[in-house]
Amino acid sequence: MTRLIDRRTGLFLAALALATLAAPLVLPTHLIPLMGKYLCYALLAVALDLCWGYAGILSLGHGAFFALGGYAMGMHLMREIGARGVYANPDLPDFMVFLGYDHLPWFWWGFASFPYAALMALVVPGLLAFVFGWFAFRSRVSGVYLSIITQALTYALLLAFFRNEMGFGGNNGLTDFREVLGFSLSAPATRLALFGLSAAALAGCLILARAIVTSKAGKVLVAVRDAESRTRFLGYRVEGYSVFVFTVSAMMAGLAGALYVPQVGIINPGEFAPANSIEIVVWVALGGRGTLVGAALGALVVVALKSWLTATFPDLWLFALGGLFILVTLALPNGLLGLAARFARPRPRAEVSA
Amino acid sequence: MTPPAIGATRAAAQLYLDGVSRSFDGFKAINGLSLAVQPGELRAVIGPNGAGKTTMMDIITGKTRPDAGVVLWNGDTDLTRLDEAAVARLGIGRKFQKPTVFETHSVEDNLRLALKAPRGVLATLLHRRTADEDARVTALLEQIRLAPQRQDQAANLSHGQKQWLEIGMLLAQDPALLLIDEPAAGMTDAETMETAALLKSIAGARTVIVVEHDMDFVRALNCRVTVLHQGAVLAEGSLDHVSARADVIDVYLGR
Repeated sequence: MTRLIDRRTGLFLAALALATLAAPLVLPTHLIPLMGKYLCYALLAVALDLCWGYAGILSLGHGAFFALGGYAMGMHLMREIGARGVYANPDLPDFMVFLGYDHLPWFWWGFASFPYAALMALVVPGLLAFVFGWFAFRSRVSGVYLSIITQALTYALLLAFFRNEMGFGGNNGLTDFREVLGFSLSAPATRLALFGLSAAALAGCLILARAIVTSKAGKVLVAVRDAESRTRFLGYRVEGYSVFVFTVSAMMAGLAGALYVPQVGIINPGEFAPANSIEIVVWVALGGRGTLVGAALGALVVVALKSWLTATFPDLWLFALGGLFILVTLALPNGLLGLAARFARPRPRAEVSA
Repeated sequence: MTPPAIGATRAAAQLYLDGVSRSFDGFKAINGLSLAVQPGELRAVIGPNGAGKTTMMDIITGKTRPDAGVVLWNGDTDLTRLDEAAVARLGIGRKFQKPTVFETHSVEDNLRLALKAPRGVLATLLHRRTADEDARVTALLEQIRLAPQRQDQAANLSHGQKQWLEIGMLLAQDPALLLIDEPAAGMTDAETMETAALLKSIAGARTVIVVEHDMDFVRALNCRVTVLHQGAVLAEGSLDHVSARADVIDVYLGR
């Protein structure tokens, strides 16, 4: 019987808790939002691994769900600026005044409320994934075709959000945030709280994902991945399971985006870029597909590497990313966690002799 | 337009096909196929490659829609309107020609997923193992002789063992009808005879339709045989009866 918290999940959660508690003591405050951003990426990787690693749904558009969650939170943060914007308009964000809006578009209604915005950060990506998945999986689109249309989805959203007429700030996106729930976003305490929330969200979603994959439904998902027609002929409606896991995964990605935006201070259409979604796949592949914990670790390793490389050798980053992907595909089919397992296997004997 | 001989069995038949046709790009894979199978019957379907055996199974199990014809279950359920999952839930199990099991799951988990139980997402999310299920899995493992391999990954089973595991998964569904596509393919002689004995022991309580090429295996089944040729029934009767017919010898058995 598979346990909800297996050894490596337990180790990861313990390390995460330790690191979260230690970070404020050892790191300067200006680095805390960066760490929080990393944790959001780790959560995004867990979300993708849930649907790719277990159900075999290789989404090349998960960045879209992340960005939609981010926009939902960004819209709230824009409304919270209120009359303190450059144009001092209490009802309209600066970019709307600049573009000559005379009233708030209907899809901005309600975003002045934090609970509503937080709900939308989950509902909007979830609903999009549900509708998209409903049509795709019912028509039995799978494999590389599904990957391509998810890529098209995020690209279409990229183009749409670039347009000023869409009412989401166009090219510049949403930025100049000041406060969340009345707490200044630049205050160290707020930054620590957001960082802590990111860690809690990562831990919570990891446990939720473990609960799904260790349930009988999780075994059905793996069955769909391994032998879809066998699963159908056993009486399972495969599309129901695919839609379910795709939707849950998209909502997790939306949550990650919602936590990301207040920590980085901006959300713009660039987050929909197809390359972003592909990078998530590299994180998961590097860490170890179908392991959840590995996906989170893969994200942390790659984004830390990215931060370092883009600062020291800015021209090398894309080569490094491509090289990593080739290396993983050729040499590490089970990712870092698979490599660790290979080294770890003889260890119990060593412990006995020691 | 129903011929009287088949019309008479329509009410009694568990599975009833009449005038079923299906073509792919102009090729008539199934061409006016009629077949009636009684509850509890063991039936062998033989025929040369391309005779339409697999297409027939695809039509019965909801994978392929016929262009014309009637496919009835228990005299009243139209199988041509249902998808694979709905057909499976009626109690029709299917074994593929190439053994198809969940390779990364254990032998035990393969059977657990197949056990008759609610198939919805919510039901499986909230599912808890019961002692009754454990007992059924143990009994099935005994029946398909895989008890020692209970915890093994299905990928590590031999070809013959995978065939048996897949038959076990069919039995776990508690089906009324089993459709079995070339179970003896790739099996040793001893395994082939054991498989024949297993299928004979299953028939009676359940209906079993076996598609097979291996004539020794069909002989061991000792049951009514339907010969398919070019998408239609060429002959039907005991193996001795059909194998004595000149047309069957011509198209299939060879002289």
